[in-house]
Amino acid sequence: MTLEIVGLTVLWTFLFGYVIVASIDFGAGFFNAYSSFTGKKHILTTIIQRYLSPVWEVTNVFLVFFFVGIVGFFPKTAFYYGTTLLVPVSIAILLLAIRGSYYAFETYGTRGHKGYAFMYGLSGLLLPASLSIVLTISEGGFVFMADGNPVLDYAALFTSPLTWSIVVLSIAAVLYISAVFLTWYANKAGDVEATNLLRKYALIWAFPTIITAGGIIYELSFHNTEHFNRIMDLWWMFGLSFLLFIGTVWLFWKRKNYGLAFGLLVGQFAFAFYGYGVSHYPYLLYPHLTIYDSFTNEAMAISLIVAFIAGFALLIPSLYLLLKLFLFDKDYVKGNKKDSY
Amino acid sequence: MLFDDPVFSSRILTLLTLSFHIIYATIGVGVPLMIMIAQWVGIKKNDEHYILLARRWARGFVITVAVGVVTGTAIGLQLSLLWPNFMEVAGNVIALPLFLEVFAFFFEAIFLGIYLYTWDRFEDQRKHLMLLIPVAIGAALSALFITTVNAFMNSPQGFEVIGGELVNVNPLLAMFNPATPTKVAHVVATAFMTSAFVLASIAAFKLLRGSNHEYHKKALFLTMKIGLIFSIASAVIGDFSGKYLAEYQPEKLAAVEWHFETEEKAPLVLYGILDGEETKYAIKIPFALSILAHGDPTAEVIGLDQYPEEEIPPLFIHYLFDLMVTIGVWMILLSFVFWVGIKRKWSIVNSKGFRWLIVLGGPLSILAIEAGWWMTEIGRQPWILRGLMTTAEGATTSNHVDLMIILFAGLYLVLGIGTVVILRRIFKDNPVEKELDEQNSEEGGDQT
Repeated sequence: MTLEIVGLTVLWTFLFGYVIVASIDFGAGFFNAYSSFTGKKHILTTIIQRYLSPVWEVTNVFLVFFFVGIVGFFPKTAFYYGTTLLVPVSIAILLLAIRGSYYAFETYGTRGHKGYAFMYGLSGLLLPASLSIVLTISEGGFVFMADGNPVLDYAALFTSPLTWSIVVLSIAAVLYISAVFLTWYANKAGDVEATNLLRKYALIWAFPTIITAGGIIYELSFHNTEHFNRIMDLWWMFGLSFLLFIGTVWLFWKRKNYGLAFGLLVGQFAFAFYGYGVSHYPYLLYPHLTIYDSFTNEAMAISLIVAFIAGFALLIPSLYLLLKLFLFDKDYVKGNKKDSY
Repeated sequence: MLFDDPVFSSRILTLLTLSFHIIYATIGVGVPLMIMIAQWVGIKKNDEHYILLARRWARGFVITVAVGVVTGTAIGLQLSLLWPNFMEVAGNVIALPLFLEVFAFFFEAIFLGIYLYTWDRFEDQRKHLMLLIPVAIGAALSALFITTVNAFMNSPQGFEVIGGELVNVNPLLAMFNPATPTKVAHVVATAFMTSAFVLASIAAFKLLRGSNHEYHKKALFLTMKIGLIFSIASAVIGDFSGKYLAEYQPEKLAAVEWHFETEEKAPLVLYGILDGEETKYAIKIPFALSILAHGDPTAEVIGLDQYPEEEIPPLFIHYLFDLMVTIGVWMILLSFVFWVGIKRKWSIVNSKGFRWLIVLGGPLSILAIEAGWWMTEIGRQPWILRGLMTTAEGATTSNHVDLMIILFAGLYLVLGIGTVVILRRIFKDNPVEKELDEQNSEEGGDQT
C-alpha cells in the first residue's frame, strides 16, 4: 500500500464514523421534533436525551478530523475545495453551530422549548443535505477553471438530478440509520412504546434509502461514466451491502435481535461507503485532482500517520470508557442512575 | 465597495471569527485548571464550599465549551475556505500540529463528558478529580498545538524552497520554531490569568449583589491568588517575547514601539500619538527598549529604517500594545493589593469600590487578550507566512465572502447573547445558598 492509500483510508474511516454517529444524532433530533409536534413527545424524548447527553461533543470531532486530515494529507484539496465550497460549507458551519450550541443551551440551561426542538430537528435534515453537496461536486462537471482558479457553477449544480438524488439519499439514510439504532437503544432500555414507534420509523425509511441509492448509481452511468464503470467492477461490494440491508429489514420485520440488526446496518453502509470510496479512486475531484498529484511530502505523510496511530491508541480506551459508562451501562440506559451534573 | 475585495473581506471575516472564538478558547484552556484547583482544595480541606465551587464552575464551563467547539469548527474550516492558497502551502509543512490539536481536543471532550455526569458515581472524590486531569491536559495541549501553527506563520522554518517547490520538509522543526516557546507560554499563562480574573469578577459581583456568603469570599480569594501568580508569569513571558521579536521579527517590535531609527540605548515609548514620524505626548523610558529587546541597556535595536515601506506593519498596533500591557500591569497591581489586603485585614479590599474594580477586571482581561492577538496578527502584515507569502496571495478568489461576513456576524451575535442568557439563567435559578441547603438536608436525612 502506498502512503496515499493509507492516508486516504484513514480519512475515509473517520468520515464513515462521522456518517454513522452523526446520522444517529441528526435523526434523533428530527424524531424528537416530529414527536413533540404530533403529541408523542413523552414516548421518545427521554430515550433520545439519555443517549445524546454524554456524546454530543464527540460527534463533531469526527468531522473535524476528516477535514483537518484531508488538508494535511492532500494540501491541494484546500485550493480546489476551499475556493469552491465557500458558500455550501459556510452554511453547514452555521447549521452545525446553531445545532451544537443550542443543544448545550437546552440540555444544561432550560429544557422544553418548542422552537428549539423545531430548529434542532430541522437542522438535522438540512445538514446532511448541505454536506452531501460535497460528494456531488466531487463527481465533476460542476467546477470549471477561470484564470487558474476553480469556480463552482451553481446553476449546473442545482439543476442536476444527481444533486437532488444525493440530497434525498442523505436525508433518508440519516433517518433510517437513526431509527434502527434508537430502536435497539429503546429496546435495551425496556421502553416498549418507544421501541415500537421507532421500529415503525425504521421500516418506513428503509425503502426510500435503498431506492435512491440504486437511482444514484444509475444516474452516474451517464453523469460520470468512468466512475460508474468502476462501481460495476466492484459490484460484489454493493451486492453484499444489499444483502445486509435485507437482513436488517427482515430482523426488524420479525421484531428479532435489534442489536444484530444494527450491526448488519453498519455493515451495509460500510460496504456501500467503502465501495463508493474505492470506485472514486484515484480522483478526489473529477477530473482536476487525483490523490497522487495532490499528495503531501513523504515526511509529513509519515508523521501524520505516526500521530494518528499514537492518538488512536489514546482514544480507543477513552471512547470505550465513555461507552461503557453511559451507552452500555444497563442502569444508566434504563434511567436508574441519577446522574445529575 | 470595500467588501468587494475578497482579500479584505477574508481578513475581516477571519478577524471576526477569531476575535469571537478566542474568548471561548481562552476560557476553555484556563477554566479546567481552576476547577481542578478548587476541587483539590475542597478535598484537602474537607470543605464542601470548594467542591461545590468546582461543580458550579464545571456547569457553566460546559456552555462555553459548546460555543468554543462550534466556533473552533468554524475557524478550522474557514482556514481552508478563506485562505486556500495559504493552506495549500502551509498544509505541506504545518499540518501535523493541526491534526494533533484535534486529537487533544477529542481526548478532552470525552473526559469532560464523563466528568460532568459522574459527580455522584464515586464515593471517593479523589477518583472523580482524576477524570479532570485528562481534561486539563487536553485543553493545554490544544492550546500548544494550535499556537505552534501561529508561531510558524511568524517564523516559518523546517523546509526549503527550491524552484518554487517545498522540499526537505521537517514537520517537527516547523512546529518547534523560534516563535513557539514564548508564544505558547504566553498564550497558556494569559489563559490561566484571564480565566481566574473572569471567575473572580463573578464572585465579586455576587458579593456586591448582597450575597455575603462565605462561599463567594472563598471563591474570590482563591481566584485572585491564582490570577496574581499567572499575571506575573504572563508579564515575565511577555518580556521574553520582546527578546524573541528583537531577534527574529525586528520589524514587528519596531512598529509596536514606533522605533524608526536603528540605535543603541533605545527608549521605550509608552502611549502618545503619532504625527508623521514624530511621537507626541508619549512617555519615553530611557534604555527600556534596549533592555526589553536584548536585556542590555546599551544594546542596538533595529528600527523601521531597515525595511522597505511595503514590509512595515500598520503603526497603530502601538495602541493595542499599550492597551494590553496597561491592563496586564493593572491586574497585577489589583490582585497584589487584594492579596496583601486580605492577609493584613485592610478594610479597603472589601469595600464596594474595590469590588467593582475586580468585577471590571474580568472583561478587561479579555480585552487584553483581544488586544494582544490583534497586535500580533496585524503586526505580521503584510505577511501571512512571514517572508514567503503575503496575506493577499494567500486569500481566496471567491466572490461571496462579503455575504458570509453578514451570515457569521449574525451567528456570533446569536451565540454571544445565547451564552449570556443561558449562563445567567442556570445560576439565577439555582443560587449557591439553595444548593448548599439542599446538600445539607440530604446529608441530614441520611443520618436519621
